[in-house]
Amino acid sequence: MSDARENGDWDRQQASEAALSARLQRLNEGLGQARDQARNGHSSDSSGAQRAAPASGYAKGLRLSSELVAGVLVGAGIGWLLDRWLGISPWGLIVFLLLGFAAGILNVMRSAGLIAGPALGGPRQGPDR
Amino acid sequence: MQLDPIHQFEIKNFWPLFNLGGHQISFTNSALYMFIIVALVSLLLIGCTTRRAVVPGRLQSIAEISYEFVANTVRSSAGTEGMKFFPFVFTLFMFVLCANVIGLIPYSFTVTSQLIVTVCLALLVFFIVVGYGFWRNGLHFLNLFVPKGVPKLILPAIVAIEVLSFMSRPISHSVRLFANMLAGHITLQVFAGFVIMLGGAGVLGIFGATLPFIMVVLLFALELLVAFLQAYVFAILTCIYLNDAIHPGH
Repeated sequence: MSDARENGDWDRQQASEAALSARLQRLNEGLGQARDQARNGHSSDSSGAQRAAPASGYAKGLRLSSELVAGVLVGAGIGWLLDRWLGISPWGLIVFLLLGFAAGILNVMRSAGLIAGPALGGPRQGPDR
Repeated sequence: MQLDPIHQFEIKNFWPLFNLGGHQISFTNSALYMFIIVALVSLLLIGCTTRRAVVPGRLQSIAEISYEFVANTVRSSAGTEGMKFFPFVFTLFMFVLCANVIGLIPYSFTVTSQLIVTVCLALLVFFIVVGYGFWRNGLHFLNLFVPKGVPKLILPAIVAIEVLSFMSRPISHSVRLFANMLAGHITLQVFAGFVIMLGGAGVLGIFGATLPFIMVVLLFALELLVAFLQAYVFAILTCIYLNDAIHPGH
């Protein structure tokens, strides 16, 4: 009788251990999936503010125009300052206004997600940023 | 009620404090609202986290949700290494969010509709990015401006454009927040002005005034969304710029 009880205990123990290991495995799989998702999320979710905001057309227009204007303004400002400091008027303004315009276009394209950002040489190409 | 839509952005001097280089430094309504915002955020977060229940109450949920929201933003755009900037980003986010939302209360003042405030915040981010980038990566940080696989011939022009693009960041960063708040508040005020003007024009006018009134209600809801969205955009742009300082090209 005691044998039978011991056997029963042993069986139960085995069963609970099997259940435990199965549960551990399940949890591990879940964790792995979550990690994968987090990693993928990091690579695809981080492409910038354009994904962040399901923006209306108005917001989008405001964003892109501010990018363009910012580039042109910075170029013009730097050109003007160089002209004043170095006395090379009007060449600084001409050259840096053009460069600033190019930088503004670059900003717009980056902000619209058409080209990759600057910090992207090598393997991390694409939308990952 | 003022019908002038710009009147709400007026700076009022409360107490003149001292002169600094010919400029008068005063305690203004803008400064007052900034103090209110900081006090409110601090009180909210300290008050929310004193009880620290395992099952969070309503107030504690606010603190936890805002923490997790910003933490996820930082992790997804600047990586786990960016988490050392979490306190900074969280402070910025809560400050801008609170400023935007408080600004929506009628008769209050919107701090973020002042260009100088947003420019200061954006420049703070800019200098932290530059300083940390050089401190952590040394001159390697300058690789940010040298894209890979560009022919040597046009490299100087590309580098100049990249540098200009980098330097234009604080402008677009600050103008985006400022312009959104300014435009939203002016629109609200203009439509509210229509309600008053039409309402003063007899019985027919009162019927006509319902249309802009409905518009004001809808715009107010939109502005609430914009207030949150712009705070989020400000925070995520900060994270993206910090990411450049942490991982500048390889």
